Amino acid sequence: MSSATVTLRHNKIELALHELRSGAGRSLLHLHGLGERSPQEVPAHLDAWPGPVWALDLTGHGQSDVAVGAGYFCEVLMGDVDTALAHLGSVTIFGRGLGAYVGLLTAGGRPELVRGTICFDGPGLAGGGPWPASPFIPSAVDPPPPGGTPDPWAILELTRDVRPPDYAASFARQATARSGLDVAIAVCGVNRTPWLEAVVAEPGVTECSVAEALTLFAAVD
Amino acid sequence: MTEVADEVTFPGARRPDRQRRVDSNGLSIAVHEWGDEAAPPFFLAHGGMDFARTFDVFAPIIADAGWRVVSWDHRGHGDSEHAPLYSWEADLRDSVQVIESVTSAPAPILGHSKGGSLMLQLADAVPHRVSHLINVDGLPSRRSFPDVADHQRTKLLAQELTGWLDHRRKLVTAQRKPGTIEELAARRGRMNPRLSDEWLQYLVTVGARHDPEGWRWKIDPTMRFGGFGPWRPEWSMMRLPDIGVPVLAVLGTESDPMGWGTPPEDVLSHLPPGGRLVTLEGAGHFVHIEQPHEVAALALEHVS
Repeated sequence: MSSATVTLRHNKIELALHELRSGAGRSLLHLHGLGERSPQEVPAHLDAWPGPVWALDLTGHGQSDVAVGAGYFCEVLMGDVDTALAHLGSVTIFGRGLGAYVGLLTAGGRPELVRGTICFDGPGLAGGGPWPASPFIPSAVDPPPPGGTPDPWAILELTRDVRPPDYAASFARQATARSGLDVAIAVCGVNRTPWLEAVVAEPGVTECSVAEALTLFAAVD
Repeated sequence: MTEVADEVTFPGARRPDRQRRVDSNGLSIAVHEWGDEAAPPFFLAHGGMDFARTFDVFAPIIADAGWRVVSWDHRGHGDSEHAPLYSWEADLRDSVQVIESVTSAPAPILGHSKGGSLMLQLADAVPHRVSHLINVDGLPSRRSFPDVADHQRTKLLAQELTGWLDHRRKLVTAQRKPGTIEELAARRGRMNPRLSDEWLQYLVTVGARHDPEGWRWKIDPTMRFGGFGPWRPEWSMMRLPDIGVPVLAVLGTESDPMGWGTPPEDVLSHLPPGGRLVTLEGAGHFVHIEQPHEVAALALEHVS
């Protein structure tokens, strides 16, 4: 069970940031996959992280607010993570699925604060693919589950969110060029979507196990 | 200094005959109508950072030709509700909700700038709702965006990212800056240099609200000009050849800060069969404001 939850504000949305484990040193920030919520305790595969562990519920997920009228896209979720960074300071990010992509964007957007990003498998890894899909305008979605999250609109929109490979690669390039890290991104999952293939091909990106990535990023300043 | 909105008028401008609201998945969208409610509908979609009342001259011309003209303020614009999130897909959904509130039959749609690009995608997605499409400088073209070297692109992206994230961090307390009618008109004039002071001052009185500190534009202060994300201009243009209803594209020939700068040849090469491009000399991006009677005549001829 999380020992504390901090409420942060990103524009009109209240975000829930959970402290899964306290401690000294740089935090590991967990970003869940599409339709998921933050874990209630430190997942076993992240237990080796030597410092505190936090987890953020992205907009429309977990205990964070639902966006009335929707309009979800990954760059605004990067703003969610940046709101958490304003509270936590420098972090290493572990992202699952959607959280892996949002973590990559944040690594490119705030390279001075993100000291390593671990991209892992999880729901929402592919998004809407590299190219706009056939046009489609949904008029309704299923009712939300009890508690209101995950917002069905978030799931619908974030599975159509276009992720061009060269666009994703440009964020990896920003992360490497501006963070000063030899390795800024570790890709640890099994699956390779087009955007992730492009990221893997960039300098400063490594493929390894989660345990190796935790060791690698725990050692950087 | 003008403080009373009623003192500001503009030749040919007419307030809507009806105003109402439409619910779009929990968000309240303001709808404005000109003309006989029993007449056939004709939809107008405004551009980014604009609002439906920017059609106060253009819409009455169409209405007086026998149409029920329906426009709406995009979410966060004009009198529509400020939303937690803004996206292209959400704007499209809001548009369909407004159209559905009037008719389920195909109807003519005219869109300007962002509204033109939105309605192009709408016509591609729900062709059964569109009888004729009129696009007024709403066709962004790849060729109008300059090529830059890779290292420069990296630098620009870094500035863009930092700027956008810094902007997001300040949103909680964001407010539009207050001023007089003349000051707000002058601010808008920097991005609309071809439009007259008289028109811009009129727009303040219908697109801003007056509080004890002065006038403030109604548009959500959290919104910024220009998009952010992976969107590419050619993603709009690629939809043009798909359209199966009669298409009219209108471009002004004069460059304008808010214009796309789309070369006519880029439109011509993407027009669907039977599509038509008209370029109007001496007009910029806001061609329907600079030459309302000419554009209205073209639109009415197109749907006749």
